[in-house]
Amino acid sequence: MLLPTVLTGCGGYQDTLNPHSHAAGDITNLFWVMMAVAFGGLALVTGLLVFAWVRRGRRGIGADADGPHPGEKPAWFVVLGMGVVFPLTVVVALFIVSDWAIVKVTQAPAASSTAMTVKAVGHQWYWAFRYPGTKAVTADELHIPVDTRVNLVATTADVIHSFWVPELNRKIDTIPGQENRILLYANQADVYRGQCAEYCGLQHAHMGMLVFAQPKAEFRKWLRQQAAPAAAPKTGIERQGQDVFLNGACSSCHAIRGTSAHGYVGPDLTHLASRTMLAGLTIPNTPDYLARWITDSQHFKPGNKMPDIQLSRAQLHALVAYLGSLK
Amino acid sequence: MATLVYEERLERMWQPRPGVLGWVMTTDHKRIGLLYFWTTLVLFAAGGAEALAIRTQLIQPNEHVVGPATYDELFTLHGVTMIFFFIIPMTTGAFGNYLLPLMIGARDMAFPRLNALSYWVFLGSGLFIYTSLFLGMAPNAGWFDYVPLASAKFDPGHAIDFYCLGIIFNGVASSLTAANFIVTILKLRAPGMSFNRMPLFCFAFLAASWGLLFALPSLSADTIFLFLDRNVGTHFFDVAKGGSTLLWQHLFWIFGHPEVYILIVPAFGIATEIIPAFTQRRVVAFPLVAVAELLVVFIGFGVWAHHMFATGMPTVTVIFFAAATAVVVIPSTIQVFAWCMTFVTGNARFKTPLLFIAGFIFMFVAGGLTGIMFLAVPFDQQVTDTYFVVAHFHYIIFGAAVFPIFGGMYFWFPKVTGKLYFELPGQISFWIIFLGTNLLFFPMHIVGLEGMPRRNYTYPSGLGWGTDNLAETIGSYITTVGIVVLLVNLLVSYFRGPPAGPDPWHGATLEWTIPSPPPDYNFAVIPKVSSAYANWDEEDREEDRRKLAEGIMVLDEGHEQPVSSPVDGWWAEVAKMPHDSPWPILLALAMSIVFILLLLHLWMGTAFALAGIVLVLLGWHGEEPEEAEA
Repeated sequence: MLLPTVLTGCGGYQDTLNPHSHAAGDITNLFWVMMAVAFGGLALVTGLLVFAWVRRGRRGIGADADGPHPGEKPAWFVVLGMGVVFPLTVVVALFIVSDWAIVKVTQAPAASSTAMTVKAVGHQWYWAFRYPGTKAVTADELHIPVDTRVNLVATTADVIHSFWVPELNRKIDTIPGQENRILLYANQADVYRGQCAEYCGLQHAHMGMLVFAQPKAEFRKWLRQQAAPAAAPKTGIERQGQDVFLNGACSSCHAIRGTSAHGYVGPDLTHLASRTMLAGLTIPNTPDYLARWITDSQHFKPGNKMPDIQLSRAQLHALVAYLGSLK
Repeated sequence: MATLVYEERLERMWQPRPGVLGWVMTTDHKRIGLLYFWTTLVLFAAGGAEALAIRTQLIQPNEHVVGPATYDELFTLHGVTMIFFFIIPMTTGAFGNYLLPLMIGARDMAFPRLNALSYWVFLGSGLFIYTSLFLGMAPNAGWFDYVPLASAKFDPGHAIDFYCLGIIFNGVASSLTAANFIVTILKLRAPGMSFNRMPLFCFAFLAASWGLLFALPSLSADTIFLFLDRNVGTHFFDVAKGGSTLLWQHLFWIFGHPEVYILIVPAFGIATEIIPAFTQRRVVAFPLVAVAELLVVFIGFGVWAHHMFATGMPTVTVIFFAAATAVVVIPSTIQVFAWCMTFVTGNARFKTPLLFIAGFIFMFVAGGLTGIMFLAVPFDQQVTDTYFVVAHFHYIIFGAAVFPIFGGMYFWFPKVTGKLYFELPGQISFWIIFLGTNLLFFPMHIVGLEGMPRRNYTYPSGLGWGTDNLAETIGSYITTVGIVVLLVNLLVSYFRGPPAGPDPWHGATLEWTIPSPPPDYNFAVIPKVSSAYANWDEEDREEDRRKLAEGIMVLDEGHEQPVSSPVDGWWAEVAKMPHDSPWPILLALAMSIVFILLLLHLWMGTAFALAGIVLVLLGWHGEEPEEAEA
């Protein structure tokens, strides 16, 4: 249902200047103020250089224009005033505003101030999202209730990644051996795009994520559904597909809760069909793309950990049908 | 006529061997400077080609010019090359080597054979790291090479070993150069050149050299730890075994941030030579600028963790480093306004070198202002690792380090070649490069704010990043054209340019008092110095000519060089300088063998090669009775 909005570009951006939370909004306002001051500073220096160009060929300025140090005294005042006093004032003001006031909003929230916790685990090259207290696990698509303070805990399964959804808050690196936290909050029900922001190897570029901020009731419904084990296959072809999955290569790397598949190299596929995109937002989750992904994932995401799977047409058809039933 | 007799005697004593051997065995700072210049220029071309490949891959969304594996190698090598194999060796190795002794009135560096060793080690490390490219195992974890991505588990093979050993190897060359500069500046200044009479260029190189000497050990330790982790089974960075991932980052940035200033401070030095020459005015607020050049490097050692604001460090740590970052702004603003006021109060002639310096000031201020933004921790945490940061540091590194290098190439071209360059193509090259780099780097701010992370080999359409990336790529092509115009102009000028004479710009410092190109002995008479703008002190220069005619202060009894007291520049003694020597290149060769054997895990062979190094050192010290005492 949300896929069309993602693909047509209404929502699903990752623009730092289009904030949808208090924290991201503070950062954006801070930027606009800094940018205005910065342009002023650049204009001042450029103005001095242009002034020198206009006066080219004329020597000196001030009372001692013909001396060996023309204008030395006023120049000293400019250097001390504009080079010491003015920038010191500006940086102290900036320091107080940003690093005493705003930093409280963007640093890790007090755990008691948040309504729920979500765990984001970086993998080469996808995101796993877990909801402590439930069995729900999803990949690359994080759902949160709107207008709710969410405590996001970022960890890694391998190398350093960085969880970053610019319209909701600043980024936080996933460091081995550390549990880093930030506040995740969305003030509007919408889809927000994010992406791994720390270089993490070959497919760093294809490690996107979507955050679906949903009305609270809708979110609770979603979470209940995600926490449940996978639906048993209903049709013959779905059963055939499940056989392919469980007896073939798939289950050694992927898990489907409610079956014997417990692999942990790739994303949990228990509710794959409820997701809009595949492979870190590389391709849309349609039967056609899913089939091509299974047989030819190295084409879409060269170097990713999933080998190209050799299947007969019938097997592939059945497998896609089964995976498509995992709502 | 006595003048000629003395000059001939000096020439006989100082002239190099003829032919190739004269270059291989040279200990002359000018020849070593030229060797550095040509080598770094080739490496600059390599780093530039890598940048062009990167920009071409990013010209539009979902492009397939290169694959992800190649792309990762390209941006890693681009960073490593431009920082370790272009800017540092170009500023210190080429400009510093050639010009520093000339500016302080010396006949060579304090340790001429060590200087030659620096060059050959640098060349060896450059060949070493580029060998990896031809073997298809180029480093691929980024120039800051974070673990655990760079650990043996996630990056098996030799790529990261090439990185570790290449960086350590290169660090040897930079450390030797830095030590040599420090001693040269402190001890070899012409008698009378007390600290307050030393050109600002020398303050800048003194600051950069101290910076290198103190920053490099941290990087060397870091890369040694990583090499051991990868090859010997230690656990410095292995969290599972009690190591620390962030230890790598701390040690890296303890080097890495001072490194930024080490890159740009020599460029400040170049600016402080070009500005007085083309405004015919001494730099405004000289003592403040001199202190600021030293302070910027010193304070630069206290800000490293601002590269790590997103790693989840405690808030109090983050705020401390944000405050330090605020302080480091001040020495830079002092210098910017001192330069600008020198422009304004002097008589500015906007010839090509000064245009590059004006462009440098513009780019440095633009990049500096976005740098100040990073002291706002929340904003830093939002845009770090995006193209906004890429824009920021390219304004600094291309704008504030490479622009002065280009300006300096034009400025000292007449001194080095004895020819004048052609002015109109020079100015054209400036404008093409200025427009090209701004088109290349400015849109990166925007695309970074729009959420594009760095180090992505491709990006999807539909996020609004396409137009900016296209503009950047066009900008990179325009910049390339400008650089080609610059190099062709200098090349044609070398063959066709009119003779320059000793002092075409009425420059301020001692190198303009001697013929172009400088004679092998640099100064026929040890110059008298009574200000930091010695070439403008007419009476002193008149006195030098008189002394030369009478044979006073000529030091033509041997291969000699006066040594002064470090602060006041009083005459202390006369040192014997070494002659040409085969030992530097032999020692560098032996060291290269050590690094190759380490790469191949041939530990016994490494031990033998180390023994070889000891033998070469014995030869080195047995050859001449005494090294210059300095």
